[in-house]
Amino acid sequence: MGLSTPPPVRRLTGREQLIPAAAQERSEPPTDPAAAASTNGNGHHPSAPPTPAAPGSGFVAAPRRVARSSVAIDRMQVEDVSVSYGPKVAVNSVSLPIRQGEVLALIGPSGCGKTTLLRSLNRLTELTKGTSFSGQIVLDGVDIAEMEPTALRRRVTMVFQQPNPFPMSVFDNVAYVLREQASRRPKRKNLRGAVQDALTRAGLYDEVADNLDHPALRLSGGQQQRLCIARALAAEPEVLLLDEPCSALDPQSTKVIEELIVRLRDEVAIVIVTHNLQQAYRVADYVGFMYLGELVEYGSAQTMFGSAREQRTREYVSGAFG
Amino acid sequence: MSTASVLAPKPPPPAATPRKPRRRETTSTWRLTDRIGLAFAWLLGLLFCAIAASIVIYLLIQGLRYVRPSLLVTHPTVGYTENQTGGFLDPMIGTLLVALIAMAIAMPVGIATAVWLSEYGRPSALARVAESTVEMLAGTPSIVLALFGTLIFEAPALGFLSQTTGGVVYGRSFFAAGALLSLIALPLVVATVREGLQSIPGHVREASYAVGKTKIATTRRVLLPAVRPSVITGAMLGVGRVIGDTAIIVVLLGSTLNLEGVGSVPLLGTLRGTGSTLTSYIFYNAPTGDGNQPDKAYAAAFVLLMLVLVLNVVVDVFARRAKKLRWG
Repeated sequence: MGLSTPPPVRRLTGREQLIPAAAQERSEPPTDPAAAASTNGNGHHPSAPPTPAAPGSGFVAAPRRVARSSVAIDRMQVEDVSVSYGPKVAVNSVSLPIRQGEVLALIGPSGCGKTTLLRSLNRLTELTKGTSFSGQIVLDGVDIAEMEPTALRRRVTMVFQQPNPFPMSVFDNVAYVLREQASRRPKRKNLRGAVQDALTRAGLYDEVADNLDHPALRLSGGQQQRLCIARALAAEPEVLLLDEPCSALDPQSTKVIEELIVRLRDEVAIVIVTHNLQQAYRVADYVGFMYLGELVEYGSAQTMFGSAREQRTREYVSGAFG
Repeated sequence: MSTASVLAPKPPPPAATPRKPRRRETTSTWRLTDRIGLAFAWLLGLLFCAIAASIVIYLLIQGLRYVRPSLLVTHPTVGYTENQTGGFLDPMIGTLLVALIAMAIAMPVGIATAVWLSEYGRPSALARVAESTVEMLAGTPSIVLALFGTLIFEAPALGFLSQTTGGVVYGRSFFAAGALLSLIALPLVVATVREGLQSIPGHVREASYAVGKTKIATTRRVLLPAVRPSVITGAMLGVGRVIGDTAIIVVLLGSTLNLEGVGSVPLLGTLRGTGSTLTSYIFYNAPTGDGNQPDKAYAAAFVLLMLVLVLNVVVDVFARRAKKLRWG
């Protein structure tokens, strides 16, 4: 790059007031001794895994990637959450923790409620008419029901199944997130650093550096999806939700995005919904298996793919039903 | 060894008799009813093409025979022969003015209505009423609207929009005609923009909400830019309808061939005054009209037709562009 690199702008003045607590807490080490202890107990995967069962037929039992040694931080706590659409119960009394430093994958057959659970984490479920919610979701000690939805959604951002860049330039896609609502401020030159930073974190900057003004919809599918991840990261969230982010992509783009997910897990807590078992196996540290709205089992990826306690989990990961 | 044989490429299938290159499917294999149907469809298609082509060609020939550049820049005058009656500069300006006024009203109202119907739709009872009102408006004959317009614009409260002499409001002006013509363009704008909005997948809106944007910000920065081609298409369709309408012009623009301003303020005076458009000029000069100068009518019709054709091409271009950059 022959360009003079602008100083990296990590945070905007306007947004500091928006999420002050979160901004400070990000750099703090975990203070909860229980969380730290549980991480040391389960979070570490031995470097030589005890031959996990191969999910699905024809699965190549490659060694799982080596677990890193960083310590997980508790971000969200889902407690006894139920969501129903009218009379239909989509999520039934689910409790689980969401930690930064680990990737949590929600797996399960279609219609098992994993996407609904994901959408309730940033209250997107509220946008659907006739949704009722019970239970509690806590983000950094605060009940999300008491937060302003727009403020919550900047701290818990989401990437969707279909790549959906906005019909504007690559630059503006990210800048839109950094700006206050419909405002055109801050100006472009003041956002350059932050936009570049977000694109770099999403592993897209080198590919689009010369085409920042091109329409985002001209990018390839995989690039579009990484742009969506950049967009979601630009808000500097604590939690990143991914709803089957690779299901519309080719294998090569999928690989790039999976590597990105693994790279990002220390910066942000990641929850990924997938019905691709191999993908869950490749990226997840923890896995929640959902079936008919219930969380059947939650545990480390090692346990879930190797020696799950529940019969249904074992059947599902071995491909007996799907 | 056994694994190697599994991995080895499969032997080619046993050689079959070389296949003949398949011939293109012909209708000879179709059932008789299907063949009759196909022939009928072709016939109708060609018939409509022929009708459209003959109108255009006829007007092209007639128009080219009478249209002269000087006609476009001279004012119309009253006279008995074709060389005395001047050109149609005033009607052309008139057409432009009513189109501008009508679209200046129809665009904001139409876009706002479309956004409300598509994105909010609440209260739903009111939305249903608004929806059927727009549909009804689309089906109302423009002469009915024109009659209704005289009722409104002759009201003393609206006297400032037209000429008022001795307390009597004339009620005919560019403002009056433009306002009523906007009602003709409105349903087209609403329908096109609404269709554009509805073709945007829900997850695009959610993606904007999911980074903390409000509904208004999403509409303003994501949805409206996305439907820009639809907005332009709607505008062009609306303009096409507006410049082609005759009834409202004849009733509400007064029947003066020239622009007759009111008062001394330059543009405002013209807009408060009366005049004509290409359609009312054609109406006036048609063999059945008061002017009875068919050559002038043909020339004006030619110009009008060219305008509409150009608009159609623009609509086509934008409609195609609207389809191009889309989410998968």
